[in-house]
Amino acid sequence: MEGFETFEVGPWSDLIWEGLWITVYATVLGTLLAIAVAFVLGLLELSRHVALRASARIVVEFFRGTSLVVQLFWIVFALPVITGYRIGEPEMNAVIALGLNFGAYGAEVVRGSINAVPQPQREACTALNLTAVHRFRRVILPQALPLMIPPAGNLVIQLIKSTPLMYLVSVVDLFTVGDEMRKAETGSIGLIYLGLGVVFFLLSMIVVGLAQLLENRAKRRLGQKPVSIVDTALGDASTSSTHAPGGAI
Amino acid sequence: MKWDMDFALEILPDILEAFLRYTLVITSLATLLAAVLGMVFAVIRYVRIPVLTQVTTGFVQFTRATPIPIQLFFVYYLLPDYGLTIGAVTTGVLVLGVHYACYFAEVYRGGIESIPPGQWEACTALSLPQQAVWRRVVLPQAVRKILPSLGNYVISMFKEVPFLVFISVPEMVTVARGIGGSNFRYVEPLTICGIIYLLSSYPASVAMRKLETRLEHA
Repeated sequence: MEGFETFEVGPWSDLIWEGLWITVYATVLGTLLAIAVAFVLGLLELSRHVALRASARIVVEFFRGTSLVVQLFWIVFALPVITGYRIGEPEMNAVIALGLNFGAYGAEVVRGSINAVPQPQREACTALNLTAVHRFRRVILPQALPLMIPPAGNLVIQLIKSTPLMYLVSVVDLFTVGDEMRKAETGSIGLIYLGLGVVFFLLSMIVVGLAQLLENRAKRRLGQKPVSIVDTALGDASTSSTHAPGGAI
Repeated sequence: MKWDMDFALEILPDILEAFLRYTLVITSLATLLAAVLGMVFAVIRYVRIPVLTQVTTGFVQFTRATPIPIQLFFVYYLLPDYGLTIGAVTTGVLVLGVHYACYFAEVYRGGIESIPPGQWEACTALSLPQQAVWRRVVLPQAVRKILPSLGNYVISMFKEVPFLVFISVPEMVTVARGIGGSNFRYVEPLTICGIIYLLSSYPASVAMRKLETRLEHA
């Protein structure tokens, strides 16, 4: 088939590994930043003070409402002009854009999961005279975590799928390496992009597996039954989140 | 560096035009394609035709887990090898449509599976004709479940139209970046893009949340 004939990967292997490293690096750092942002904003949204709640809400709606591509371009092209300060490593621009954008989506996950912990659990904490920190760390969070993990896993997959945006701001990620291979006219466009697709698919599957592992661990802490990995790998994540919260604590 | 209002007003019409003529039109066309194709995928998975069902399921899973830019380049650069040359805009609509069809298919499936078995059994007991079962019993209940999710996917697709900058579709963000590059002023065009996105997607997502609560209590 035209466009699918094989070619020599050998000369490219170093570049491919470097690209893969940048993609994974941006994914991991972006995810860590997103988790931090999600918890800060999500918890602020649950605050008792109107001002805190409102400002968190505005930040969340801002990052959810203005497309990720606009945010990335803004950070790369507009921010240095306004502040006079340029972020050293180009991939850090992408990490910041990914972290803030997906952090805002994650804030909704954090807020929703904490809200989903049944009210009597909170009342019991009051009855037992637990401090606020104790209540959150030992009662609310352990029950909210298994609810957060499946939607958070989906967000991480979305984040991975957005890393090729780095190509647009001249970071040599895996996608960019693939594009260089196409430009070098090795005559295997179909194979290159199919291969790229497979790598990204595998990265997503790793995230699915990790999310499953974390969810099962979080559930075991609550004395709930783990979910089978086959369910989530084949269906969508909704199958694993159908279990009601609560259980034994 | 200050905000130049004159420059902002000068470029605003071009950006708005790109938004209306490309971003919105592409979103609408891709939504249509996704709605129809998603239904096809869902039906194929539902009726379980050997091989075809497995292939479709695999395709849906794979497409959902791979980035849109890869799919864009795959279609954009590979098809000409087969003598099929399609424009950038068509490629964009096609890729976004097919990508989101894979999400829509899951939503449809979930909607139909959410109908309690008792409803099907009641239809059989009343020996309702097949057409009435779907038109009068299943779909009215399923639509209530799926409409908010579909709406949310449309909003995320709308925010992913700028991905088409990869194949230089003249949608809003591509145009804004072009203006920024040729004038060496990025602050105004990009900020305008952000504002337009915020003004259009925020009301849409509020409307979706309203719809969701209304349908839940209906």
